[in-house]
Formats: sequence, structure tokens, C-alpha cells
Amino acid sequence: MHRGTRMAPVVLVAVLLVLWELIARLSLLPRPEFPTMTGTAVELVRLLGTSQPWLASAQTLQAWALGMVIAIVLAVPVGIAVGTNRMLYRSVRLVIEFLRPVPSVALIPLAILIAGAGLTSKVGLAVFGAFWPLLLQCYYGMQDLDPVAEDTARSFGLGRFARFRHVALPSAVPYIATGARIASAIVLTVVVSAEIVIGAPGLGREVFVAQTSGAYETTYAITFLIGMLAWGLNVGVSAAERRVLHWHPSQRPVEA
Amino acid sequence: MSRRRSRSGLALALELAVPLALLGAWALWSSRSTSFFNPPLTDILDTFAETWIFERIPTDLAPSLARLLIGYALAACAGVALGLMLGSSPLAQRACAPLVEFSRAIPAPALIPIAITLIGIGNDMKVTLIAFVCFFPVLLNTIDGVSGIDPTLRATVQAYGLTRRERILRVVLPAASPQIFAGLRVSLSIGLLVMVVSEMVASTSGVGYFVLQAQQSFRIEDMWAGILMLGLLGYVLNGLFLLVEARVLAWHRGARASATADTT
Amino acid sequence: MTILEVEHLRKTYGEGPRATHAVGDLSFSVSSGEFVCIVGPSGCGKSTLLKCMSGLLPASSGEVRLAGRRITGPPPAMALVFQEYGRSLFPWMSVRDNVLLPLRHKGLSKDEQRRLVTDSIDEVGLTRFGDHYPWQLSGGMQQRVAIARALAYQPEVLLMDEPFASVDAQTRSDLEDLILNVRDRYGVTVVFVTHDIDESVYLADRIVVLTPAPTEVKETLTVDLPSPRDQVATKELPEFAHLRAHTYRLIMRPSDHEDPVGATAGAVAHGSPK
Ligand SMILES: Nc1ncnc2c1ncn2[C@@H]1O[C@H](COP(=O)(O)OP(=O)(O)OP(=O)(O)O)[C@@H](O)[C@H]1O
Ligand SMILES: [Mg+2]
Repeated sequence: MHRGTRMAPVVLVAVLLVLWELIARLSLLPRPEFPTMTGTAVELVRLLGTSQPWLASAQTLQAWALGMVIAIVLAVPVGIAVGTNRMLYRSVRLVIEFLRPVPSVALIPLAILIAGAGLTSKVGLAVFGAFWPLLLQCYYGMQDLDPVAEDTARSFGLGRFARFRHVALPSAVPYIATGARIASAIVLTVVVSAEIVIGAPGLGREVFVAQTSGAYETTYAITFLIGMLAWGLNVGVSAAERRVLHWHPSQRPVEA
Repeated sequence: MSRRRSRSGLALALELAVPLALLGAWALWSSRSTSFFNPPLTDILDTFAETWIFERIPTDLAPSLARLLIGYALAACAGVALGLMLGSSPLAQRACAPLVEFSRAIPAPALIPIAITLIGIGNDMKVTLIAFVCFFPVLLNTIDGVSGIDPTLRATVQAYGLTRRERILRVVLPAASPQIFAGLRVSLSIGLLVMVVSEMVASTSGVGYFVLQAQQSFRIEDMWAGILMLGLLGYVLNGLFLLVEARVLAWHRGARASATADTT
Repeated sequence: MTILEVEHLRKTYGEGPRATHAVGDLSFSVSSGEFVCIVGPSGCGKSTLLKCMSGLLPASSGEVRLAGRRITGPPPAMALVFQEYGRSLFPWMSVRDNVLLPLRHKGLSKDEQRRLVTDSIDEVGLTRFGDHYPWQLSGGMQQRVAIARALAYQPEVLLMDEPFASVDAQTRSDLEDLILNVRDRYGVTVVFVTHDIDESVYLADRIVVLTPAPTEVKETLTVDLPSPRDQVATKELPEFAHLRAHTYRLIMRPSDHEDPVGATAGAVAHGSPK
């Protein structure tokens, strides 16, 4: 690869960081709450030396993991059932279509009433948000079964269950994996939203508390941490998806 | 044949009966419940009618919608325009990749505190933030769509010497439109989410503000009415989006259907 | 009069150890109004050659000249029908709009544009399908849309890359006659790539036979068959059979350079390179 293209992102980030520092130092923004880049970096290093951001990250991650597991355990079987049984699909179609676009954060007040300001609320809201897209992906996966594959299996005398196990399920796996990737982003977003609004412990609460108490360097530093956490999760989930799908055509390298 | 017809009749009946049965069950359950957060469904619906027809439309619904739609429209225009530019420039694309990846990954509501420090808690903040978070899905999908245009199609455009304007308006934009719409759809739900959360934590108007206020002052029917309103908002906006998409992408569905028909 | 000249054209894809030498060293020329067929085994670089000739790909060395001018980009006097015709049509446009698109910037009046579009769609026999979308048509019909688009563009040189490779036999003969007819009426120069030997002999004034990659010109044959050609009568001529056999041997037995039997009847070998 060309050296210039490899350096381009580094150069761009460096330029933006210097620009940030200049804008803050010269007070080019009308608001005084804009910290310097160097101040934020120092604060970030200081924070990482304390236990506070690590604990908060662990709390956020815990809610994320619980949300993912519960959403998958609930949505995948339902999605497969709905995808294989036409009658079942028809009877729940309207319910799904109405509930899916409902923003899960709208239920935050209800969650506070029922489950208080803790882990349960965060996870419950996240599961509601991630359930629908996951369910629909499973449904699409079961629908997209190649009729030729199905007929081939039938012509070899495979029974209903064997066909499901060896044909339908493997061909739905790419969809389920995509669903999991979508769900991961939703779960994290809803968890952080709940932490901000409800004040449930986690990175969302930390960043909001920092802002309301006027610790602007800390606000920026924690936002950066949240970004890194989200980015890391993204990379991890995509890597897991690739591992699961190594056999799938979409994963083969394209010849340039 | 008649068996099939009776089955499809049954399916239609189920399709309508199940939601109605669920509503009925909720109504019955809530009318017997003594729990204070589970008021009778009829009370909720009464409150919904009182609140939203039309008393709070100008004070809460209109501001919410305006924030969302203005921010969304800004993001759509900027995302498509920048996506068209980046999509045809691999160097710029590579340069921006880490920044864009980072900005896309960060959960949108986590940016609310920074937005407050930069812009305050007014309308500007919400519109800007909604525009910012809606921008990235549109941008990334537009880039994807533009750089994924079939090489033969690109060569055709060159061979017939189309002008720049023709190329962008008549070829690149339509060719990328399926991906652009996919991005716009993701953006719509993120925009709605940020609208609600930002109204909950930093606002004195809007449906999100109304719902959280109602809960904190234990006006439970009001809270439910607000939740219903948000659900309805999500449903209607999504429905409108799908209508537009179906119109604009009619060719795409046809082309895809005939492509799959060919391979089977 | 020579209109197209290909001189020591070379094209290499990629660099270093993974490089593919698609076109070795090609030189030939095409006269104005001539119908030249280019035949060669699959993968020998025919599509690459056409892309270089149409200015879509830069040559690695050597050059292509159109009317004496070196080609650096797609010239307006040239139209190209792609091998992947289905993918060269715009699926969001109707057949009419697909044909119309390249005409929009040619400075023609609206009436003139409309006339050209209608005429060329009629010409390929798709009169009733103007408002259909490409994906609603069969493969052969899609290919006819691509041809109509090239015809409406009114090029001086028409480059066609295996245009009939995936249509049924009947449509294929119809399209072959259509192209010959167009050439006779408008005097277009046609460079036609194919790997079908019958087709090349039937259509061409001259056949350029290529070697496997890295490609060079193996032999150039003049086809002295009477014009206008006829699907039955022409193919019954003994000259047709001889030319066909000769070309066949050239392609199938790459080591056998001299083939005195085939070269005698009807074919005039213009000398193999080197
Ligand atoms: N974009 C490309 N990058 C790298 N190699 C290429 C590219 N296009 C073609 N090639 C290689 O160049 C050689 C010639 O390809 P080309 O498509 O020109 O052959 P062709 O004669 O048209 O074949 P066919 O008769 O199958 O259409 C092949 O070995 C092919 O692998
Ligand atoms: Mg080819």
C-alpha cells in the first residue's frame, strides 16, 4: 500500500487535534466551557489512574452483556418460530409492526416506576430495543431459504427436523449474526441513555454528572472513553461475526 | 383451492384478532389491577384524547417534531453530499475512516453532555445533535453505495461521455439510492431516540420532557398517554418513510425480484 | 482510408509477481466502414483490447489512434457495447431513458432526440417495450437495448464485445443481420469481438485471430464472401467452410503456424507476425 494513503488518517487526526487546541486556547467559541485538548488528555490520563472509570465501564459492559444474552435468548427462538410458521407470523405481524418502531427510551419513565434506577431497568429497556430487530432478522433468515437447497434436501429424504437443523438453520445464521451486530449497537445506546436519564450507575451517569458539576475536561475525557468502549465492542462483534461466517460468500475477499 | 382460501381467511382473522385480544387482555388486566403504575386502559385512552387532541400539540408535539425533522433533513443533505464526494475519492475516504468509525460507534446520547457544554440546552443543541448523529449512517451508506457501483455501469458512463452533472444526478445517485435509504432509515430511529433523550434531560418542552415530568410528578395516566404518543410518532414516521422508500425504490425491488427469479 | 490504428499495444494488470500480461504486443488497423472481427480463445485479452481501444483503460505501452489522433479517453465518435450487457443498463431507467441518456449532452433538439430513440428502439424490434424496465426483459432483449443505445448515439466506430454470447440461436442470427444491415446503411466501422468462429466468418470483412495471453496477432484473414450475406446461402458456400476450418485450426492448434490447405481457399493470409 502507498505510504501516503497509510499516513492520511494519522495526519487528519493530528490536524484536528491541533485545531481543537487552538480554538480552545484562543477562545474562538462563544462559550467558555470548551476545554483544551491537552487539558482533556491530562484529565484522561489522571482518570485512568483511578478506579472510577474502570468501575463505570464494568457496570456499562455488564448491562450490555446481560442485554445481549437475554435479547438473543428471547428473540432467536421466537424469530425462528415466526419464520417457519406462516399462521404464527400472520397472527403476530401487526403487533411486531406496531411495537418495532416504538423508541425504547420512551419506556424509561415506566421502567423507573417498575424497576427503579438500577441494572434491571437498563437491561429491560435494552432488551425491548434489541428484541425487534433481532426477531426480524431471524424471520428474514428463515424466509430467505433457497428453495433449491430445500428441494435438494427433500429429494435426499431428509425429514422435517433434519432439514431444519442442516439446511434452514445454517442458512439463517448470517442473518442472525447481522441481527446480533445491530442489536449490540442498540443495546449499548439504550444502556447509556438509561444511565444518563435515570442515573443508573455506569459511564452514562459519569459523563452526565461531570457535565452538570462543571468538570468539562472530565466530560470530554469520559465521552472519549465511551467512544472507545463502543468502538471496541463494534470491532469485537464484527470479528465474532466473521468467525461464525467464515464459510459464507459475503466474507470471501474480493479480488480487486 | 378451497382449503387454501379458508386458510388465508383464517390467517386474516388471526392477524386482526390477536392484536385485539392483546388489547382486550391489557384492558381487563389493568381494570382489575390495583398497582398504581397500571391504571385502567380506558383511563389512559381518555387522558390521551384530552392531552393530545389538541391541547398539547403546539406546546409539546410541534417542538419535538420540528427538532427532529429539521435535524434529520440537515443530516440527510449533508450526509448524501459528503458521501458522494468521499465515495469517489479513496484517499479522502481512507483519511476519514477512523474518525467516521469512531463517531458512528459512539452511542448517540453520550454526546448530549458535550452538546450542552458547547451549545447550551436550547433548541439549537437538540437540532444540532440530531443532525450530527443522523449524519453518520447516511454518510457511511452513501459512501458504500457510491463505491459499490457496478464497474460495468461506471465504464458505460465513461464510454458515452456523460457530463459530470448527468453522471451524478442520473447515475451515481440512483445507483446508490438503495444504500442511501438504508442509511436514512437507521438515522430516523436514532434521531427519534436522541430527540426523546435530549428532551428528557435538557428541555422545558417536547413529548420526551412531558413523559418524564408526568412520571416524576406521579401523573401516571399522563405518562402513559405520552408513551403512547411517542409510540405513535415512531410508528407514523416509520410508515411515512416506508411509503416514500417504496415509491423511490420501486425499480430496485423489481430488479432484485427478477434477479432472484433468474437464479432459481 | 484507415480510421483506427492499434500500434504495439501492451496491457499489464497489476505489478510485480502478481502481474497479468493480458495484451502482449498487438498491432493492426481498421479501415473506415470495415467490419473487423476479433477472435481468440477465452481469457486471451479481447475485452481488455476493446477497453483500451475505447479509451476506458490506459495502455501500458503503445497506442491506439482514431483518425490519426491518439486516444486518451473515450472519444465521442465511438460507442461500446459491453460483454456484460445486463449490467451496463441502468435498472432505474426505462428502456427509452436508457437509450436517451447518452444523447442528452450531444446538443440535439428534443425532437431529434426523440426521433433517434424511437428509431433505434424500432430498429432492434423492441417497439412495444420502450416503457419497460431492463429487468423486465429477457437477456436477448436487454442486449438489444444496449445495441439500440449504441445505434442512437450515431458513432463512427462501433465496438462490440461478444454481444451475442448469451442469446438463443434465432435471436442471434436476427441480431447478426441487424448489425450488418446497420453497417451497410450508415457506413459505421465495426470492431466485433467474438469467440464464435462461424459468427466471425459470417460477419467480417476481415478477421484478426489472436493467440492466447500474452496476446499477439496470430494471423489476419480477409473474408471474400459475397455481400449482402445470407444466413443460409452464405453458410453453404464452400469458401465459408474453408475459412471456418482455417480459423478453427488457427485457434485450436496454437503451435501449427502454417496451414497451407486452409489458406488457399478464399482466405488471403496477411502474414503472421514475426
Ligand atoms: N481488472 C483486471 N485486473 C486484473 N486482471 C484482469 C482484469 N481484467 C482482466 N484481467 C485478466 O486479463 C486477462 C484477459 O482478460 P479479458 O477479460 O480481456 O479476456 P477475454 O479475452 O475478454 O475473455 P472472455 O473471452 O472470457 O471474455 C485474463 O487473464 C484476466 O484474468
Ligand atoms: Mg471478454
